[in-house]
Amino acid sequence: MNIISRGFSGRRRTVDPQLPPGQYLVEDFPVLSAGPTPRVDLEAWELRVVDESGRAQTWDWKAFRALPNEDVTTDLHCVTKWSKLGTHWNGVSVDTLLADFDTAADFVVASSYGGYTTNLPLEDLLDGQAWVAYAYDGEPLAPEHGGPARLLVPHLYLWKSAKWLRELQLRSDDEPGFWETLGYHNYGDPWREQRYWGD
Amino acid sequence: MARTAVLGRLRWQVATVTDVRDEGPIARTLGLTVPDWPGHDAGQHVDLRVTAPDGYSAQRSYSIANAPDDSRVELTIERLSDGEVSPYLADVVQAGDMLEVRGPIGGWFVWTEDVPAPVMLLGGGSGIVPLMAMVRARSKASIRPPFQLLYSVRTPDLVFFRDELAALHAPDDGFDVTFRYTRSAPPGWSEPVARIDRALLQRWGMPTADHPLAYVCGPTGFVETTANLLVDLGHPPERIRTERFGPTGGGP
Repeated sequence: MNIISRGFSGRRRTVDPQLPPGQYLVEDFPVLSAGPTPRVDLEAWELRVVDESGRAQTWDWKAFRALPNEDVTTDLHCVTKWSKLGTHWNGVSVDTLLADFDTAADFVVASSYGGYTTNLPLEDLLDGQAWVAYAYDGEPLAPEHGGPARLLVPHLYLWKSAKWLRELQLRSDDEPGFWETLGYHNYGDPWREQRYWGD
Repeated sequence: MARTAVLGRLRWQVATVTDVRDEGPIARTLGLTVPDWPGHDAGQHVDLRVTAPDGYSAQRSYSIANAPDDSRVELTIERLSDGEVSPYLADVVQAGDMLEVRGPIGGWFVWTEDVPAPVMLLGGGSGIVPLMAMVRARSKASIRPPFQLLYSVRTPDLVFFRDELAALHAPDDGFDVTFRYTRSAPPGWSEPVARIDRALLQRWGMPTADHPLAYVCGPTGFVETTANLLVDLGHPPERIRTERFGPTGGGP
């Protein structure tokens, strides 16, 4: 099906089973964002979860960091084609944040300091699949990588893992976020190579 | 913006290389003809796929360098010494070869002439490429808001599009290009040889009262520093669009 490119041999002769289709391995940690890195003061930081009835729960930094946390080792896959394997994070499971909510919502919009948004099915954030991460490789999460805290949903392309997370809004309806309204896939499964609309 | 947001399914298309030209010692521009190209906006990118005879294939994203066009796509590709695809594109590909592309991709880091605001473009290294597409689009546009380009580059020989930028430079007509050399400058250069700093941006930038739109593209460190300085100088973050080059360009 593919057109053969005259003179191209490539470097990797075996397909790495840890790499989704069309991805290649990097050792560094690229940064991709649509605007300047927001400045978020820990004194003013808060994380909010609000459900479809408007009921909300808010954590300041101290309360958030007092929640049970988990060590997470996971692979990252960015829609711009790079993947990074075996990354180490610390974070609070989204299950923990939603423990006191009795919701019938099917969707979530994650919103960030700086205005970024992304949408996900709620079920993709539950059962140990997603975290709000505050440390990378044992160090506080750097601002350009989403610090103070970012969503981490490693089974989807990385734009779903909203940096500078401020709010998780539980919703009955699906509301496409920033990249999802600009041509990127609504769900973003790297293993099905769902990069763009229609993939 | 409206047009770029309306995308159908993006199919892989066969592109034929029509011409190649060197862009200084580290980069090359590939001119491609894509028969069913839907057109693009300045600042968008394409995914490009190359395939070896045994079926192994690799994909990368590259910014489009040319102004919007019905069938022609130009990619200016920097040769990364440890790269798998860029040395092939920059050293091996020649006119007549076929590649696969899909796109255009990206609806945020774009400029179209229906945006009336004055524009500041700040490029570091090969981050000039999508900005050059905007400069070229402006030169063909019926409405031409003021554009200022600040182009940070290590040494004079690494400048892409040198002659074309010199020809387009016309402050009286609203396009001004300023170079910033960070390692060595041409003989007789009177400006500091240094990275972009606050003093330079203060002197160079448009007044915040003019509500300019800023596009910043380059390596991560360049974009972080430059975008932060613009915020420090009072430009609202929502007026600053960035594209950070990790190993590739484009996208989230």
